[in-house]
Amino acid sequence: MFERLTILAAAMATAASLAVPPASAEDLTIALASEATSIDPHFHNTGNNNQIVFHIFDTLIKQGSSQELEPGLATSWGPIDDTTWEFHLREGVTFHDGSPFTADDVVFTLERAPNVPDSPSSFAGSINSITEVIVVDDYTIQFKTAAAYPLMPNDLSVVRIISRENGEGATTADYNSGAAAIGTGPYKLVEYVPGDRIVLTANDDYWDGRPEWDNVTFRPITSDPARVAALLAGDVDVIASVPTADIAQLADNPDVVLSQGVSNRVIYLHIDSAREVSPMVTAKDGSEIPNPFRDVRVRRAISMAIDRNAIVEQVMEGVAIPAGQLLPDGFFGVSENIEVPTYDPDGARALLEEAGYPDGFAVTIAGPNDRYINDEQIVQAIAQMLARVGIDASVETMPRSVYFGRATGGENGSEFSLMLVGWGSDTGEASSPLRALLATKNPELGWGSTNRGGYSSAEMDAALTEAMQTVDDTRRAELLARACEIAMGDVGLIPTHFQVNTWATRPGLAYIPRTDEYTLAMNVVRSE
Amino acid sequence: MTVFIIRRLMQSIAVLAVTSLLVFVGVYAIGNPVDILIAPDATELERQAAIARLGLDRPVWEQYWVFLTNLAEGDLGRSFVFNEPALKLILQRLPATLELAFVAMLIAVFIGIPLGLWAGFHPNGVSGRSIMAGSILGFSLPNFWQGLMLIMIFAVMLGWLPAGGRGDQGEFLGIRSSLFSLDGWSHLILPAINLALFKTSLVIRLTRANVREVLPQDYVKFARAKGLRQRRVVMVHVLKNTLIPVVTVLGLELGNVIAFAVVTETIFAWPGIGKLIIDSIFVLDRPIIVAYLMVIVMMFIIINLIVDILYSVLDPRVRLADQRA
Repeated sequence: MFERLTILAAAMATAASLAVPPASAEDLTIALASEATSIDPHFHNTGNNNQIVFHIFDTLIKQGSSQELEPGLATSWGPIDDTTWEFHLREGVTFHDGSPFTADDVVFTLERAPNVPDSPSSFAGSINSITEVIVVDDYTIQFKTAAAYPLMPNDLSVVRIISRENGEGATTADYNSGAAAIGTGPYKLVEYVPGDRIVLTANDDYWDGRPEWDNVTFRPITSDPARVAALLAGDVDVIASVPTADIAQLADNPDVVLSQGVSNRVIYLHIDSAREVSPMVTAKDGSEIPNPFRDVRVRRAISMAIDRNAIVEQVMEGVAIPAGQLLPDGFFGVSENIEVPTYDPDGARALLEEAGYPDGFAVTIAGPNDRYINDEQIVQAIAQMLARVGIDASVETMPRSVYFGRATGGENGSEFSLMLVGWGSDTGEASSPLRALLATKNPELGWGSTNRGGYSSAEMDAALTEAMQTVDDTRRAELLARACEIAMGDVGLIPTHFQVNTWATRPGLAYIPRTDEYTLAMNVVRSE
Repeated sequence: MTVFIIRRLMQSIAVLAVTSLLVFVGVYAIGNPVDILIAPDATELERQAAIARLGLDRPVWEQYWVFLTNLAEGDLGRSFVFNEPALKLILQRLPATLELAFVAMLIAVFIGIPLGLWAGFHPNGVSGRSIMAGSILGFSLPNFWQGLMLIMIFAVMLGWLPAGGRGDQGEFLGIRSSLFSLDGWSHLILPAINLALFKTSLVIRLTRANVREVLPQDYVKFARAKGLRQRRVVMVHVLKNTLIPVVTVLGLELGNVIAFAVVTETIFAWPGIGKLIIDSIFVLDRPIIVAYLMVIVMMFIIINLIVDILYSVLDPRVRLADQRA
């Protein structure tokens, strides 16, 4: 599998380098697996919407295809003292209506983004660290923070800049109608027809050069086979989220080009390592026992009992990468010292015996059945693997509308003991999963907000705290890697694999895969 | 008849009230939509803020009371994920579903009734038997599989028709609809056939059964004895009496086609209300779910009313005022 991915990666690199400037005007139709529900860039922070508004609005700092930070509306940035970041803005940029972009638009964006009425998920978290905004001149802006805050560039790379002139008093409906959907991005909004299509047209005056495609139409086709059929029928040029079951067949089809790339999403088991008694763990006869997952040996035994290669090869049909930590190689803050745990059922049994569970115990593994690629089958496979080391594992899967509420649970914590979840790092660096999934719960700092297993390590917290106060990139990367090593050493959670995403295009096109799983017209290239 | 209609409408208000309460409490019991909608890396404070913004921090009875007071002003609530009025979103997508249902019903009627009549008049012939065998197929094929096969054959293999989507809409008398453009029809025809296959089979079987029932009746024999032409016997004496139960069933089926075209709309990416409701259920978008069911219940009530009135027109023996409906 690694070989195949490498070959594909190489093919992609060639495709990208062969990309030629447009010989003639051309339109593009892209089918997505999900529907964008709004053109308002600040209403709902979710991938479905973010990938669409990515075309219309720019950020100060852009995230490249591997989420590397690149200059966007800001040409350069850096800390000028411990609590001040200074950004230099690009001059000569205009919004789609011709009005100039200045620092005042940034101020307006930061005022509006956390305060959109009725927003189910705002961008407040990316802005909260800023205590004061100082406009030095039209093209220089400073952000004050309460303490040293190294993640400012990462945070601001997801907040899309709107124009004060068009955005003052505008509601979400004004963005959907197009009246306020005026950004600086490579494409302009033509129309948004909920459930049917979103039509964009090239912004001829884009600061980074005119985009490749004249008109781009996005269509939501939620049914997997129907989406594939739409590509085969020639209705659409590009489809996102190719179902793994169809990949082998499509790879042999000369009329289809596949593009694959690893994502920033790790699929893992969260494991209840804190509570005295865990709700879904019992002795094999059904009687209540103390929570065995509090013992690191039991957690490690479970990790060793999981055959990650089998999950990748059998369940994911080769389209995934086995995982031993929170982000794939190459991301900021990833540790080079962490190996993917080897499959060792004998070692797992020995560890269980050492921990006082020679006969195992019974546990129910919970998982969603409509959220991640092949999620239900993964849970079933893991249950069988645990059975092989003597743990009675049963499976409970449910739609995500029920699952995530129960996984988070109420006052007594999660309703589950062992659960399959995924985490995509929007900031593209390791502090995102460390803070959310593994740090000790601390509502003031916003840490541990998704720590459903209750893992808590003073040592890890200390390394993370220091990292979050270290502006120096090299030093911070080391500290984050150190925090990863501590948490993975304690088996605070059990990573299984990184998702690999597949796009399919008609011949003559290719897609440059993005780690954030977004499907962008800018990443569709010609390849002949 | 006026009394009948008034009584019916009063009953429907009670039905609507009960429906809204059941759905409201039901969706509330499934879970908290914020857990699905919020970005996973949001902090606990943001989560609480989002819950408060959507009014989900209040007790369920209070939320329901707010819903009722807004309802009194004709406001069915705002969608959590679209941030637009739920009723507007539904009405925006209703035309797409209506035109699909309309064409599907036309296909069912104009293919089903003639074939059913034929099969009724020739129950033992090869043609009659073939029609009946075909209708069993139409009944038993799973809707989604049948839809995919239509796409594979007509869009992928033959390339005659598009694989999905709604296409361009034409304008006629100020109404925008796919029915008024060639591109619209090319997009409409496959999903309409997919939706119509089951209904057509139903109509065929129903018509045939009724023809078989009507043919031996005295008035048909008398009409023939009187020397009326076959054509007049079929069109007036047989057809009219055959149609009475068919109209009732078709009326109810029309409601079904509009409310439950979910599978067809999903496979053909048809932007109708079926697709809206299924997407909304996935993310527990309660205002849309509640508003949708209210609209659908209202629609069923109206359709039933019309069917009852039509029934009395077709069958003079029925007097609406006599019914305790």
